[in-house]
Amino acid sequence: MAEAYIYDAVRTPRGRGKSDGSLHDVQPVHLLTSVLKHLRDRNNLDTSLVDDVIMGCVTPIGEQGADIARTAAIEAGYAESVAGVQLNRFCSSGLEAINMAAARIMSGQEDLIIAGGVESMSRVPMGSDGGALFMNPQIVANHKIVPQGISADLIATKYGYSRTDLDTFAAESYRRAVEAQKENRFARSLVAIQDELGTTLLDFDEGVRPGTTVESLSKLNAAFEKMGQMGLDALALMKYAELTHINHVHHAGNSSQIVDGAAGIMIGSKEIGEKLGLKPRARIKGFSVIGTEPTIMLTGPVPATQKVLKRAGMNLSDIDLFEVNEAFAAIPMYFMDQLGADHSKINVNGGAIALGHPLGATGAIISATLIDELERRDLSTGLATLCIGGGMGVATIFERLN
Amino acid sequence: MEINYKIDQNIAVITWNMTTSPMNVLNDTSLPEFEAAMEKAFVDAEVKGIIVTSAKPEFIAGADLKMILRNQDTDPSEMMEVSMGLNRLFRRMETQSKPIVAAINGTVLGGGYEVCLACHHRIALDNPKTKIGLPEVKLGLLPGGGGTQRLPRMIGMEASLPLMLEGKDVSPKEAQKIGMVDAIAASPEAMMEAARAWIEANPSPIKPWDQINRKTGKIEARNNYKVPGGGVQSPTGMQMFTIGTAMTVDKTKGNYPAPIAILSCVYEGLQVNMDRAIEIEARYFVQVARSKEAGNLIRTMFLGLNSANKGASRPKDIEKTDVKKVGIIGAGMMGAGIAHVSAMAGIQVVLKDVDRAAAEKGKAYSRQLLDKAISRKKMDEAKAEAILSLIAPTADMADLKGCDLIIEAVFENRELKAQIIPEAEAMLTDTGVFGSNTSTLPITGLATASSRPENFIGIHFFSPVDKMQLVELIVGKETSDYALAVAIDYTRKIRKTPIVVNDSRGFYTSRCFGTYSSEGMELLKDGVAPTLIENAAKLVGMPVGPLAVTDEVALDLVYKIASQSIKDGALSEEDTSYQMGKKFVELGRLGKKSKAGFYDYPEGAPKHIWPGLAELFPVAAEQPSVEEIQTRILYRQAIETVRCFEEGVIRTKLDADLGSILAWGFPPYTGGTLSFVNYVGIEKFVAESDRLADTYGERFRPTNKLREMAKAGKGF
Repeated sequence: MAEAYIYDAVRTPRGRGKSDGSLHDVQPVHLLTSVLKHLRDRNNLDTSLVDDVIMGCVTPIGEQGADIARTAAIEAGYAESVAGVQLNRFCSSGLEAINMAAARIMSGQEDLIIAGGVESMSRVPMGSDGGALFMNPQIVANHKIVPQGISADLIATKYGYSRTDLDTFAAESYRRAVEAQKENRFARSLVAIQDELGTTLLDFDEGVRPGTTVESLSKLNAAFEKMGQMGLDALALMKYAELTHINHVHHAGNSSQIVDGAAGIMIGSKEIGEKLGLKPRARIKGFSVIGTEPTIMLTGPVPATQKVLKRAGMNLSDIDLFEVNEAFAAIPMYFMDQLGADHSKINVNGGAIALGHPLGATGAIISATLIDELERRDLSTGLATLCIGGGMGVATIFERLN
Repeated sequence: MEINYKIDQNIAVITWNMTTSPMNVLNDTSLPEFEAAMEKAFVDAEVKGIIVTSAKPEFIAGADLKMILRNQDTDPSEMMEVSMGLNRLFRRMETQSKPIVAAINGTVLGGGYEVCLACHHRIALDNPKTKIGLPEVKLGLLPGGGGTQRLPRMIGMEASLPLMLEGKDVSPKEAQKIGMVDAIAASPEAMMEAARAWIEANPSPIKPWDQINRKTGKIEARNNYKVPGGGVQSPTGMQMFTIGTAMTVDKTKGNYPAPIAILSCVYEGLQVNMDRAIEIEARYFVQVARSKEAGNLIRTMFLGLNSANKGASRPKDIEKTDVKKVGIIGAGMMGAGIAHVSAMAGIQVVLKDVDRAAAEKGKAYSRQLLDKAISRKKMDEAKAEAILSLIAPTADMADLKGCDLIIEAVFENRELKAQIIPEAEAMLTDTGVFGSNTSTLPITGLATASSRPENFIGIHFFSPVDKMQLVELIVGKETSDYALAVAIDYTRKIRKTPIVVNDSRGFYTSRCFGTYSSEGMELLKDGVAPTLIENAAKLVGMPVGPLAVTDEVALDLVYKIASQSIKDGALSEEDTSYQMGKKFVELGRLGKKSKAGFYDYPEGAPKHIWPGLAELFPVAAEQPSVEEIQTRILYRQAIETVRCFEEGVIRTKLDADLGSILAWGFPPYTGGTLSFVNYVGIEKFVAESDRLADTYGERFRPTNKLREMAKAGKGF
């Protein structure tokens, strides 16, 4: 079987996902064309050799609708022969795109694919696409489907994570992100976003707030309590009858930030790299996806990790660094608890709590960060994993090549 | 003839006036006639408009529920065809071009209101007593005549969903405010006049969800109708269906299919045009109408309850009696409550206690309840005064002279009661009856203190009396049919539901309710996590968990009753309730009243499971499934009811079912404790009871008679 190599990774900065965010006046397709152009230009890429552009996007409606991947490929000036497809596996879409690209390279059917994702959450609000999963009365009632925030609080309640536990984790995420920014650790993948006049709009992840502490986080109000009281807690607890209530411990400061951003990873066969004169940075050692109980919803990274390790014939100790998406603080905490993974190896440059989670792009962004950091620390193996709406998990193992 | 047809000044007046039913209802007799009348008006060139009204005080009470029960076992496609037949008529009413006005002269509910919805205009006679609404959900059904489609299209989803999900009815004024009716009229004449005027002004009306086909000129369903207040796929819609479903499931615990089906009708139906929408609704209607839950609710909680309220258990050959003056001895919680409900029914009440102050205090309880009703605008001061004036507090037994009925509601103490009985009895009229409000003391025993044991009966009220609908009448060995008739007539007069049981330990309700509480303790003893026990019970539809309810009853009472049973040789000392009661009495944890029982009751905070419970009953590493806990809880109550039925403690299936639902909240969707056996299926019930008996103890063992019934495949 062919190997899938990573040749380059590019991502935008993450702009605050509100109308005052620095990327709010940038159309999502523009975020994506910027990524595609950078990949082409800095690698002197003959785009006619690219088979496909696979892009995750979780709210593919409005200006993110109508196959934004193909739209961006055309608009970025890629060769006409480059196809494009948008996919949606909720929060893991960016990593799902990488895994699908890898599978197609490994199968020998294709040579070179750009995989990643985009989400402009300030322009196309999360959840604005509705969906039977969250709205259809039969489905909601039969399967006790609740919003992610309730599920995150349910995990915290079931596994005994207090507000302070979560805030401590969140403050550390901020501390690490501040340090990473200070040391310029994101530089290799991060490209600035410019307007049509060539002025830089943003060149850093703008959600990072230096000086965030457990004390400062403790002042924030729980985000999902009111929602929970409107029947949603009760709905979730019908499946968790051993609990008396749900502790609402997640809030804006220990949950992932709503942001705008995009990313693209160039994935290809060994031969295409040689043909293009590109040096592979890493290879994809394995990947997995798994379904889990949909009410608690966000526990997927644990079984997804177990599944990919087993398939790759590896142990947890073989992994040097982890990126576990910080959708909510309880998710990486649950991951550490269940697998015994050490916090010193997880999200070493902070995570989505401090840096933001542009839904469709995050899987690709954390993969880029992971590979950059493996190189910086001169380590070998990294694992990226994300929890997913509807009760799923995805995980991918990257191995550096030198 | 069920429906009159008359043409007056070019307007066809179709008047419902059923002769085969006391109220106008939609059924196999009335509907074909209604349809024929409509068709006649549609094709008559002289007719330029149609008014639908009723000659009875009510307009149309709804669909005939017996018809729905009859059709429960028919083929679903056949039922679908019947349902679509009605819907096609309604659809034709709104799309043939002649104006149709509903002149709503009185109460209109369910299918009746759906007739009005199919009309082009609705005018209601302004009478605050008139009820307008879609109460189908209360019987496990949904509005199946286009109601789930037309009402939200008319007044929006946000206003219509609560009406359909709660089955709430409103007055004409309120109906006009929310848009359920278009106008109200002050008199029947004004109503008819307004109807004519509307027809005159609107010769060819069209519903907003319809349009005229440009080619054919015919009215057809519009595909792009905008629902007022936002459609399904709008931010409002998303919020509504996510939260609305959660709130509905929270309320029903998923045990009732109808409310979720109503949400689905709106969710699915409002995304397509009206023609397709009614098909969606009809499919859901057939599903819920065929459900066991709907059958149970209709049988027990509608037809059954009505017949019990009409005195189904009353001895037939006794002439109607009428209690005009009732004496109540003991002005505590129970006595005061009985006095209150009696006065509310216009009965003269003498409320006696040991001293005047105590009796006055009992009357003050009525004042409190009336004040609450006044503050809720359900009562006015003059009426409240009139009610209060019927209650005469006293300390003098002689004031009870001339009562038709005396009810003692003193402490559950045999000696005390025995002392009061002869004294009070002397005050009764010659035909007067003495009732003892006891929940545990055998009536035959108490009657030995009576000089007229044939006129002595148990009248067991539930607390709080003003809220609890049930009265358990206990017939002692000597109690006459006459005394029972008086008690039933009195119960009906105070608008409560009587069930009749024969004298035995704990009668019916206390005995079977006790098994609920007791099984909760058994589960606890088996190492099941207390929270899991409580939640499993609530999820299956019990209103309060077994441990919480035992705390409310009080553990010293559990201990006292069990001790008495042991003394009487009816119980062994190994009994879990006895052991548990004893232990908790020793610990001084008597329940809610001592702010400590299975739960702790901290001041100003919600109760929570007492942490010490885990030391007394360590939680087992392996926990049973929620379903297993629920099976134990429900089967235990059902099997005890079966025993009561076989022993003759409870006389009829209906009384058993109603008693279980109204006395201690056995889940209504099951139909009640005896219907529960049918609900799960008699064969499965026996097999499962045997399995439970083998696993947890003989208390679950099915009776021989039950086995025979299972063999014959015959339920209750």
